[in-house]
Amino acid sequence: MDRDRTDLPPENVEPGRPRVGVDEWVAQVDQRRDRPTGIAGVARRIGEVVTPPIRLAIVVVLAALVPLWLGEGDLFNYGIFVLLYILLGLGLNVVVGFAGLLDLGYVAFFGFGAYFYALLSSEHYGIHWPAIVSIPLVVLATSLLGLVLGIPSRRLLGDYLAIVTLFFGQAFVVFVNASNPKVAGKGLTGGPNGVADIDPVSFFGYEFTTRTQQYALLLAAGVVVLVGLHFLSESRTGRALRALREDPLAAEAMSIPVNRLKLLAFGIGAGIAGFTGCMFATLLTAVTPGNFDVPILITVYAVVILGGFGSLSGVILGAVVITVSFQFLAPENPQNNARVLFYTIILLAIVLAVRSWWRLLLVLAGTVGLGIAVHAIVAAFAPTWTSGQAVEAGRFGDLISDWVIIPQGHPDFGNVAYVALVVALLVLTQMRPTYRLLAIPAVAYLAAVVWETSFVEQPAVARWILFGALLVVLMNVRPQGLLGTPRVEIA
Amino acid sequence: MNGEQAPLLQLRHVAKSFGGLRVVYDLDLEVRDGEIVSLIGPNGAGKTTVFNLVTGIYAPDDGEIVLEGRDIAGLPPHKITRLGIARTFQTLRLFLNMSVKENVMAAAYGHTSSTVLESMLRLPRARREEREIAQLAEEKLAFFGQRLVGYRWDQPAYSLSYANRRRLEIARAMATKPRLLLLDEPAAGMNPVETGEMTELIGRLRDEGGYSILVIEHDMHVVEGISDRVVALDHGVKIAEGSFDAVATDPRVVEAYLGLRKRASA
Repeated sequence: MDRDRTDLPPENVEPGRPRVGVDEWVAQVDQRRDRPTGIAGVARRIGEVVTPPIRLAIVVVLAALVPLWLGEGDLFNYGIFVLLYILLGLGLNVVVGFAGLLDLGYVAFFGFGAYFYALLSSEHYGIHWPAIVSIPLVVLATSLLGLVLGIPSRRLLGDYLAIVTLFFGQAFVVFVNASNPKVAGKGLTGGPNGVADIDPVSFFGYEFTTRTQQYALLLAAGVVVLVGLHFLSESRTGRALRALREDPLAAEAMSIPVNRLKLLAFGIGAGIAGFTGCMFATLLTAVTPGNFDVPILITVYAVVILGGFGSLSGVILGAVVITVSFQFLAPENPQNNARVLFYTIILLAIVLAVRSWWRLLLVLAGTVGLGIAVHAIVAAFAPTWTSGQAVEAGRFGDLISDWVIIPQGHPDFGNVAYVALVVALLVLTQMRPTYRLLAIPAVAYLAAVVWETSFVEQPAVARWILFGALLVVLMNVRPQGLLGTPRVEIA
Repeated sequence: MNGEQAPLLQLRHVAKSFGGLRVVYDLDLEVRDGEIVSLIGPNGAGKTTVFNLVTGIYAPDDGEIVLEGRDIAGLPPHKITRLGIARTFQTLRLFLNMSVKENVMAAAYGHTSSTVLESMLRLPRARREEREIAQLAEEKLAFFGQRLVGYRWDQPAYSLSYANRRRLEIARAMATKPRLLLLDEPAAGMNPVETGEMTELIGRLRDEGGYSILVIEHDMHVVEGISDRVVALDHGVKIAEGSFDAVATDPRVVEAYLGLRKRASA
C-alpha cells in the first residue's frame, strides 16, 4: 500500500480493514446495511452458492419432470404456455431489457411469425411446407421485419418509440382482421376467422403430436434460446447493447455503432418472437387476430417486468408466476384455487414486509389470535354475524368459518368491509414501521373477512383484483423485479 | 511534403455555429505525436465544442479535421473512435449500471469483430476475443494502481466515488486503443491531492501509455504541470498559443479571463 497519501484518514483501525471514506469501506458499509434478513436473506445465500450452470440444470431437470406430474390438458395449459411466455419474454428482454428500447409493437412480430407459419402449413393456400424449411424461413422473415420496422424507429427514444411501435402493433391486428374475400376466397389472412387446421409440427417425418412431445420440443428450444442469450449477454454485443441503454452518446463515443445495434436488438427480439409464433400456431392449430392484441402485450410485459428487466432467469420466474397464477384462477377451475392463492398472497406479503423471523412469528400469531378473539366476542354478543358458512371451502370450510366472521343476513356487510379494507391499506402504507407492525394483523384479518364475505360472491371480479394485487405486492417488494438488479438512474 | 513530421491531428479553419451564435470560428489547431496540448479559456469559450467537433458529435460547418492525413470531419463518432480518437466527458457519462470492468470492456467493441452468432454459440473466436477483452480491461484498470484495483471491478460503476469515476472514464477511453486522448476537465471536482495525482497520471499516459493528449483544463497548476503547448480560446477564436508561460502572460488571455486592466484601474 502507498502510505504517503495525505488525503485519506490515518490508518488507526486494525490492519486489513479499509480506511474510513475510501471506496472499499463504503462498499462494505453498504453491504452490511443491505444484508437481507429473514427469508430473502436465505434465498440470497442459496443463490450465491448455486452457480448459473447448476441453476440451469436444476431448472431443466425440474421442467423435464413436469409432464410426469401433469396430465395432457394441464400440461398444455400450464407447461406449454409457461414455455411460450418464457420464449416471448426472452425475446422482449433483448429489446427492452438489454437495449432499453421500449417496444410496444413486439406482439406484432409474434403474430407475424404465427400467421406466416400458419399460411405456409395449412389449407388456406393449400401450402404444406415441412417445418424444417418453414420455421427458419419464418424466423428470418420476422427478423427482417424487425429490422425494417426498426429503421424509422432508430432516432426515436423512450415514449416516442413506444407510441410509434404501439401503432405498428395495432396496425398488424387491423391488417390481419381485414378480410377481402376476393383473395383466396377467405381473405389474405382469413380476416376475423383467422387461419385454422394448421399442420402439427414435424421434423423429417417425426410428428410432435402428444402434448408431452410438444412440451419437450418447446423446452429444448427454450434452453437453446436461453443459453444463446446468456452467452450473447456476456459478449461484446451484449455489453454494447447495455451500454447503449445506459448512455447512447457515450456508447457512440466509445466506438459502438448505436444505430446498428438498435436494429440488431429489434432483429434478434423479432426473430425469437417469430419462432415463438411458429410454435404457438402449430400447437394451437389455429390463429386469429385476437391472439395478438393488447392483452398479450401486457402479459408479456408483465412477465419481463415482474422478472426484472435484463434478467434472463427473471423471465423464467416471471413467466411461471404469471402463467400459473392466471391459469390457476381461470373460471373453469374450482373457487378454492382463488382462495388458496389469496391466503398465499397475504402470507407472502406479510413475510416480505416483516423482515425478521421473530417479528414474523409475532405478526402471524397475532393475526390468528386476533381472529379467534374477534370471532369469539362477536359470536357471544351477535350470533347471526358469525353464523355464515365459507363458500366452497372444502376441508378448510369449518376452520375458516370458525376464524373469520361471516355474517348471515347482512348483505351490505361485505361492501362496507371492502371499503374499510381499501382505506386500511392506504393508511397502512403511510404508518411508521413500528405502528405498522402492530396494524398488520388487523389489516390481514380484515382482508380475510372481505374475501370470505364479498369476493367469493363475485369470482370473476375477485380473480382480476387478486391478480392485480399479486403484481402490486410483488412489484412493491422488489421494484426492480423478482430477479432484477436495482438500477440507479441519476447518481 | 516538408521534412517535419505531419501532425497527428490537425484542425484547419474549423467553424461551427448554433443558430446565429458563432461557437467556434476559423480555428487552426494541431496535436503532434507524443504531445500534450492544453486547451484553456473562460467558460463558454468553445472548448468542449472543439472536442465535440473532433469526436464527430457535431459536424463542422466549415473547415477540415485531419487525423493522420485523413479528413474525419462529419464521420459518425463511433468511426472516429475506431480511427484512434477517444475522449472523456466533462459531465461524466459512465455506463452507471454496468460493472466497473464491463464499462472498460464495452469500449473494446470497435476493435473486436466476433459476430452475434459466434457470440451466441461461443465459438472459438468469440471465446478468444472475450479473454483478450477481459485482459485488456484489467490492464487498463491496473494503470490506475491502488485507486481502481481488483476489489471494485465487479461493483456497479455508480458505486464509485467522483474521482474514481473520472479515472474509470479515462480507463474506458484507453480501452478503445486510441492514439489521441481527449480529456475534458479531468481534474474537475477533485481535491488538491487528487489533482496532483491526475497531473502525474496525464504525464504517465503519454510516457507509458504512448498516447498523444489534448486536454481541457481550468486548473492552471495542472495546465502548467503537463502542457507541452497551450492554446487559449475566447468566444470561439484562438487568442494565444505557445508555452504555458507565454500564454499565461499574454495580455489577451489575461483580458479574456479578468477583463481589461485599464478599465479596472481607471
